[in-house]
Amino acid sequence: MTIRTEPMTVNIGPQHPSTHGVFRLRVTFDGEEILQVEPIVGYLHRGTEKLAEERNYTQIVTLTDRLDYVSSMINNQAYCLAVEKLLGAEVPPRAKYLRTLTAELQRIASHLVGIGFILQDLGTLGTPLMYCFRSRERILDLFEMLCGARITVSYMRPGGVFFDAPTDFWPALDQFLKDFDTEFKEIEQLVLENEIVMVRTRGVSLLPLDLAINCSVSGPVLRASGLAWDWRKMEPYDAYDKVEFDVPTAINGDNYDRFWLRIQEIHQSVRIVEQCIRQIEPGPVRADVPLVLRPEPGAEAYGRVEASKGELAFYLVSDGGISPYRCKIRSPSLINLTVTEHLLVGYKLADMIVTLGSLDINMGEVDR
Amino acid sequence: MNCVLGPDNILHDTVLYRVVYEFVGQLLPCWLSYLIAGFVIMFFLINAVLLGAAIFSWMERRLIGKFQNRLGPNRWGPFGLLQPIADLIKLIFKEDLTPRAADKIVFAAVPIVMLAPVILMLAVVPFAKDTALANLNVGVLYVLAVTSVTSIAIFMAGWSSNNRFAMFGAARGVAVLISYEVPVVISLLGVVMIAGSMSLADVVNAQTIPFLLVQPLALFVFVAGTAAELNRTPFDMAEAESELIAGYHIEYSGIKFGLIQAAEFGGVVTASAVIVTLFFSGWSGPASNYIGWLWFLLKAGAVACVFIWVRATFPRLRIDQLLALAWKFLLPVSIINLFATALEVYFLRDDAGSLATSDLWIMAGINFGLAALSILAFGTMIREKVRPVGSGDASPSPLGVSIAESS
Repeated sequence: MTIRTEPMTVNIGPQHPSTHGVFRLRVTFDGEEILQVEPIVGYLHRGTEKLAEERNYTQIVTLTDRLDYVSSMINNQAYCLAVEKLLGAEVPPRAKYLRTLTAELQRIASHLVGIGFILQDLGTLGTPLMYCFRSRERILDLFEMLCGARITVSYMRPGGVFFDAPTDFWPALDQFLKDFDTEFKEIEQLVLENEIVMVRTRGVSLLPLDLAINCSVSGPVLRASGLAWDWRKMEPYDAYDKVEFDVPTAINGDNYDRFWLRIQEIHQSVRIVEQCIRQIEPGPVRADVPLVLRPEPGAEAYGRVEASKGELAFYLVSDGGISPYRCKIRSPSLINLTVTEHLLVGYKLADMIVTLGSLDINMGEVDR
Repeated sequence: MNCVLGPDNILHDTVLYRVVYEFVGQLLPCWLSYLIAGFVIMFFLINAVLLGAAIFSWMERRLIGKFQNRLGPNRWGPFGLLQPIADLIKLIFKEDLTPRAADKIVFAAVPIVMLAPVILMLAVVPFAKDTALANLNVGVLYVLAVTSVTSIAIFMAGWSSNNRFAMFGAARGVAVLISYEVPVVISLLGVVMIAGSMSLADVVNAQTIPFLLVQPLALFVFVAGTAAELNRTPFDMAEAESELIAGYHIEYSGIKFGLIQAAEFGGVVTASAVIVTLFFSGWSGPASNYIGWLWFLLKAGAVACVFIWVRATFPRLRIDQLLALAWKFLLPVSIINLFATALEVYFLRDDAGSLATSDLWIMAGINFGLAALSILAFGTMIREKVRPVGSGDASPSPLGVSIAESS
């Protein structure tokens, strides 16, 4: 006996607890199975690129905070690198180390949010998420000591950083690293070998490496498919050429690998932070750049970093004025979203939520 | 008018009922006191469930707060104990919305159909010696029958809401409830066989040692099945907050939502009460003739805490994995338990057909070994089957382009 069924179209989002912001997916289901996916973005569009044309170069730093609001330090860094390339300014070594250190702390915080929300999407009642947020709060506290803000930091400036770290920052950082070791072990024990997590995520939403490359996916999503591609290694910026770290990769490119990879990257970030603490030396923290920047007319620069979600880049064109003629942002979340349809079709509703979580998108960055 | 319940009456053993009936019966005609006593009993019952649900909701939120490194509700009353009342007042005064396209009668009936079985289930559970509100001789069967009504309520909610998320939740919920009913029923047969009776009072009396020790496999299956029927993680398919937002009760608001929540929390309380009665020797304990109710409450609280603990820890299974777990793991395991218990009872019972305490210890020894063995065996067997096919090997790209090598 065959039962007559018909496909059902459901809008997942823009108001849905698991779309990580105002993201909408128009999904056609056959029962629980996904037949067709259409991602719809643009609900959080704030016109950052156009706004940047109306601000001067220092003011744009505050706009970058609001792109990927869980890793604003790294956004600052990418923008400042682009402006420094535009000016040809040289950053003092202490500022380079401070940038590297804060960017890695931000990467830890961002990955903690990422893995916490994958587990939340898997259906845990917030316990692993709260474990992750416990450590993330400590990092935000450190940022508050540095610059007074926790989320929208605006700590970096073209030519260095805004201010040197206060003296009580270093002992607090040491204490954090010591506590984080045990706290993170707890999270790993809770989730890494959990049978339900394995069963739910392994072999689901496989991303083959060739597809990943063709869709120009970057960051942990690409590395989980097996390519050791990391701008910190390929094209070292700031102090990344002075520190040692590995680029972890996974093989399968499934949800578990993307989840596992972020945990491994946190370990590497801790390594980098520890080396920065050892290597950093006293000195100036900001190059001697004028207050209002006026790059050469016609100058262009492309500054890219390995952000927590992938390759984040700012392309700036100057017309000699105090604000850029054009500011193009290459945001990793938007480009990582291009593979959603390949990842989701054929899997179930429950898998879809986890896959979205494993891509670790951030709507502030997708819509800009 | 001296109304007396004779020993042949089914309600004779219900001390509370008899006392009220005979007290009122001194003044009023017997048929009226029969009704009044019934209402008094119902009043106790409904309030016991609702109060239990309120206390459980407070306990769950506080405990999960502790699990998660935060405080939980702590503003109203000592330790936030009045929080459920504050929540209730809020829910009563909220607007009660009914979607325009909803089937209005069915939609409105759902909270009642949800809550009724939870209250009814408690009627046969003995809180202390001779205090079951109705000592039915088919108590176990009654409990199983009444719990099944919940699946109808979930489907009514999903269908009448006219919402696709609710429909998803309802379809999932019914699939889960129907699947998990089977192993739960079979796991309870072992208990019934040892006790030699379906009456819950007799089951408690038969537990010279708690059936937790004699029937570990049945306890495991029953707790897992109950968690699935109560829609609690790792089996909370029908609600699945991260997927279906709220599942079958997505369209409910105000006091209707409150009643559904009360049914959910009350369901855990009554399920804990049933588990305590069947496996943790109910009200028995030191000085149980006097403080049996205290033992009962303590044990039920402990079981409820286990449910909270599991909820705070585990991720959710997917629907196909969940059904596979029911049919491929819990069902065979419960059948093994049934056969083993049947053989043990057949060989160990004496001429009168009853089992001595020493026999129960022998059974405990055998059954624990069996439980470990069968959980291990079926656990390993299901492990690979649950995992989706093709794990580990990448499928060819739809774009048909591949790269030669990666650095």
